[in-house]
Amino acid sequence: MGNEHSHGSSAHSAAPNPYLEKHTTPEQTEALENRVRTLESLLIKKGLVSAETLDKMVETYENDIGPLNGAKVVARAWIDPAYKERLLKDATPAIAELGFSGLQGEHMVVVENTPSVHNLVVCTLCSCYPWPVLGLPPAWFKEAAYRSRSVVDPRGVLHDFGLTLDESVAVKVWDSSAEIRYMVLPERPAGTEGMGEEELVALVTRDAMLGVAKVESRVA
Amino acid sequence: MNGIHDMGGMTCYGPVIPEENEPVFHTEWEKRMFAMTMLGMGQLDTLDGFRHAVERMDPAHYLSSTYYEHWLAALETLALEKGLLTLEELATGTATEAGKGAEGPLPPEAVSAVVHGGAPTNRETGRLTPRFKAGDRVQARNLNPTGHTRLPRYVRGKNGVIAQVHGTFVYPDTNAHGKGEQPQPLYSVCFDAHELWGPDVSGTDSLYIDLWEDYLDPA
Repeated sequence: MGNEHSHGSSAHSAAPNPYLEKHTTPEQTEALENRVRTLESLLIKKGLVSAETLDKMVETYENDIGPLNGAKVVARAWIDPAYKERLLKDATPAIAELGFSGLQGEHMVVVENTPSVHNLVVCTLCSCYPWPVLGLPPAWFKEAAYRSRSVVDPRGVLHDFGLTLDESVAVKVWDSSAEIRYMVLPERPAGTEGMGEEELVALVTRDAMLGVAKVESRVA
Repeated sequence: MNGIHDMGGMTCYGPVIPEENEPVFHTEWEKRMFAMTMLGMGQLDTLDGFRHAVERMDPAHYLSSTYYEHWLAALETLALEKGLLTLEELATGTATEAGKGAEGPLPPEAVSAVVHGGAPTNRETGRLTPRFKAGDRVQARNLNPTGHTRLPRYVRGKNGVIAQVHGTFVYPDTNAHGKGEQPQPLYSVCFDAHELWGPDVSGTDSLYIDLWEDYLDPA
C-alpha cells in the first residue's frame, strides 16, 4: 500500500475504543434473559408462536444452513465453467441448482474476484447477509466498526483481517442496501489443480465468500 | 431518518475484531430472540417496518447493545404499537387478554417451507418501465426523510453510473409505514471512491449500492 494512502487506512492500527465495548454485567444479562423469556411467553399465549416451532427454527440455522452451502457453490464454479457462467449471470437459480434457496437469498448476485478485482460485501444500514449460502452473520459483520468503515476505508478493513492488496487491484465494495444479497466468488488458489470438488469445498471459508480473505491452497 | 444506523463512512469505531471459532448463537436468549423474530415479526409488520423499529432505538443504546438486543427492542416496540401487547403485559409477563385474531402458531413442520421458500420482494406490478438503463449517469438525490429510507447519507448528492437494472421491487420508504409496497425499479449504482470520499482514497476503488428509482435523478 502506497504511503499516499496511509492516512485513509491508518484506522486499523488504532487501539480498540474502550467506550465501545459492550460491557454487560451479570445483572444486565439476567434482566435481558428475563425480558426475552417474558416476551416469548406472551407471544405463545397470544398465539403467534409455539415453543416447538421456535426450537425448530433455531435448529435449522444452527445445523442445516451455513457457509458449507456457499463453499459447495464456489467449488462447483471452479470445476465447471458452464456452472460458473450461469452463477455469474443469474445467481439465484444457479445456487438453487445445488439445493440452496430461501430467506435472505431470494435475489442473489455473485461477484467474481480476479487478479485485478477484489470484491467486499457489507451492509452499512443494518446487517443484510446471504443466509442460504453463508448462514447467519458473524458478530463483526453486524458491528459498527465493519459496517461504517468498509465503504470509506476498505483497504484498511482488509488489513484488519490480515489481507493487504496491491494498489493496482481494484477494490469493489458492495453495500447491500436493498433485498439483493451478495456473495464473492473467490479466486481458486494456485496448487489446487489436481483437487476434486470435495477437497476444494474444504478450502473455501466464509470470510473468503465475503471478501475479507483469500482462499488458501491448504486447509488452515 | 438520519439515524445512528446510517453509519457508512464513519471511522470512529476502531478496528474490526473477529471472534475465533464464533458460535452461531452466543447465548440461549439469542436463540429465542432470533426464532421469535423470524416467526412473529411477519404477523406484526413488514421487514421494512421491523428495520425501522430498530432504527428508532435510542442511539446510545443502539451502539451499546448487541444485534439481538436490537431485535428484542424492535419486536417489543412493534408488539406495543400494533396493539398485540400492553406495557403492563410486558412488565408483568401476564397476558390480560387473548391474541387478536392470530391464526394460531405455525407447526414445526412448516419451518422448512418458510425458510426455503423465502419472501421475494420483486414484483410484476407497480412501476415496471425503468427510467434508467445500464451506463446512464445519475445523481443520488439529496433527500432527508424523517421516516424509513434505504438511501444512506454517504451517497446523497453524489454522481454515479447505473451498473445494472435489477427489476421492480417493493419500495421500503412506503412499505415501512403502512403505505403499501408501491413497487418501482431498483438499480445497482456504481460510485467512484474519489466521488464519495475525496482525493485521499485509492482512485482504483469503487462502491456499488442498490438504489430505488425515486432516489435518483439523471446527471
